[in-house]
Amino acid sequence: MSPSGMTFSGKTWLLGDNISTDLLSPGHYVHDPMTVRLAHVLEAVRPEFAGGVQPGDVVVAGKNFGCGSSRESAPQHLKDLGVAAVVAESFARIFSRNAIAIGLPVLTCPFVAGRARDGEAITVSLDQGEVMLADGTRLQAERLPEAMLDVLARGGIVPMLREIGRR
Amino acid sequence: MTWAQKVLADKSGRSRVEAGEFVVARPDAFMMHDIFAADVLGLLEETGIGSLDDAERVSVVFDHMVPAPSEHAARHQQKARILARKYGIEHVYDVGRGICHQVMVEEGRVHQGDLVVATDSHTTTYGAVGAASAGIGSTEMAYALATGTLWFKVPESVEVWLEGHLAPGVAGKDLILALMTLIGSDVAQNRSLEFHGPGSRALELADRMTICNMGVEMGAKFAVFPPPSASDRMGPYAARYTVDLATLEPMVALPHHVENVAPVREHAGIAINQVFIGSCTNGRLKDLREAASVLRGKSIAAGVRLIVTPASREVYLDALREGIVEDLIEAGAIVEGPGCGPCFGGHLGLLAPGERCLGTHNRNFQGRMGSLQAEIYLGSPMTAAATALTGVLTDPRVRTEAEREVAR
Repeated sequence: MSPSGMTFSGKTWLLGDNISTDLLSPGHYVHDPMTVRLAHVLEAVRPEFAGGVQPGDVVVAGKNFGCGSSRESAPQHLKDLGVAAVVAESFARIFSRNAIAIGLPVLTCPFVAGRARDGEAITVSLDQGEVMLADGTRLQAERLPEAMLDVLARGGIVPMLREIGRR
Repeated sequence: MTWAQKVLADKSGRSRVEAGEFVVARPDAFMMHDIFAADVLGLLEETGIGSLDDAERVSVVFDHMVPAPSEHAARHQQKARILARKYGIEHVYDVGRGICHQVMVEEGRVHQGDLVVATDSHTTTYGAVGAASAGIGSTEMAYALATGTLWFKVPESVEVWLEGHLAPGVAGKDLILALMTLIGSDVAQNRSLEFHGPGSRALELADRMTICNMGVEMGAKFAVFPPPSASDRMGPYAARYTVDLATLEPMVALPHHVENVAPVREHAGIAINQVFIGSCTNGRLKDLREAASVLRGKSIAAGVRLIVTPASREVYLDALREGIVEDLIEAGAIVEGPGCGPCFGGHLGLLAPGERCLGTHNRNFQGRMGSLQAEIYLGSPMTAAATALTGVLTDPRVRTEAEREVAR
């Protein structure tokens, strides 16, 4: 995160529509060791992703990102691999809730998959609700509600649970 | 107000709420299954939370990895049992009781007008009894169990007005598959899908559960049949659709997405290696009865594996008493214990590269049932049974006509 904690710059991994939780976290490996589970993230659509993604990279996708299961491992695996944020044209409801709950920023940005280029730099500003592409193009995104930004700023729900636990 | 607004207003102590606003609501019921229960309760323990807000509202169901197929799964389930006891959860339905959503309805843990959250995307199923119910992840569940509350965005609603009756050979599964293309996630995403009209009253609970179950496949937050008495006064809706049930025909979802739907007759003849009848979508008595009506006295095609998992112990027992289980086994089926079976790719019937499965379950995503090079097709129990008999994707009505020929 930037000093403000709300702006990220990284390399774009461009994906299509309907990236499912089975592609992100196949149920077949649900009880395997974490290294095995992480090695299979997105292997059906981008076999080079799990080995090539660098901390701070940004996943950009089309519609209905994260459709499918309630498994929190879907956003958690992306976070564990170092993904700084996911920008998509739309998100499946449970995925976006889970992402915020674990502290992975998600931003809904119409037309982003048609404009962003795979492998190029991208900057995501959560507080502005804006995405900036390598060529300087700025795309308006849907700014997250204040309460969600607050959860992200705290690093997700777990720190909030610790506060409740201390009471 | 819509049904979603009414329930969220009731549960957040408000007289009314508007679509788009955020509310903090108090759900009536919370459910976790064996994949996530240990994680949720373990997180509470780790963060120093000593007790649940209200353990009486909480259910734990062991249905996904049952009986445990590995030592890891067995340890995970052991941990869930120990922690459930520690946190005073008495409503624990252990291995063999059935699939969580079926068990919650059978046990009367969800009711009309309830707000329900559970660590499973198919939680929308309880809309069949009039509950507003939605899946959440494990970290949010931990927060909800600790505080008794959770935030909700009040959704816009989509009305689906149903007329008429289903034709022979057609089931609730065919309606929800047809709606995948008619409505789809572009319209239904994050909205409440609300079914009204005389046709909705003509549908059995089993079909309503199938329909609400798969509402989440088009991204719906809730999928619900409000009580008929409420129908006239509800709204406004972001979109409205009318469907005459009598016009529906057997449908199939083609690889690799649930919205990739077409009539079975347009793709009849595709070779199938495995047929699966079961899951929270279609493992109820009506489903097994319809499958048995197609399979009775016949044998499945050579080279086809037919796997059947009743949705619960009650369903299994009823199917036994009706002779359905005997019909299925005599036709060549493997009848497994109650549980999620191979639906989510955990165990009990995974696929090799190049294999095709026609299942009555809910998702056909690439890699869901084993190999990334396998293909999954989704259809009704009658379509599944007809396909098991021929070894190729088959419209169950075609068989019915052929049988009439024989009868003449």
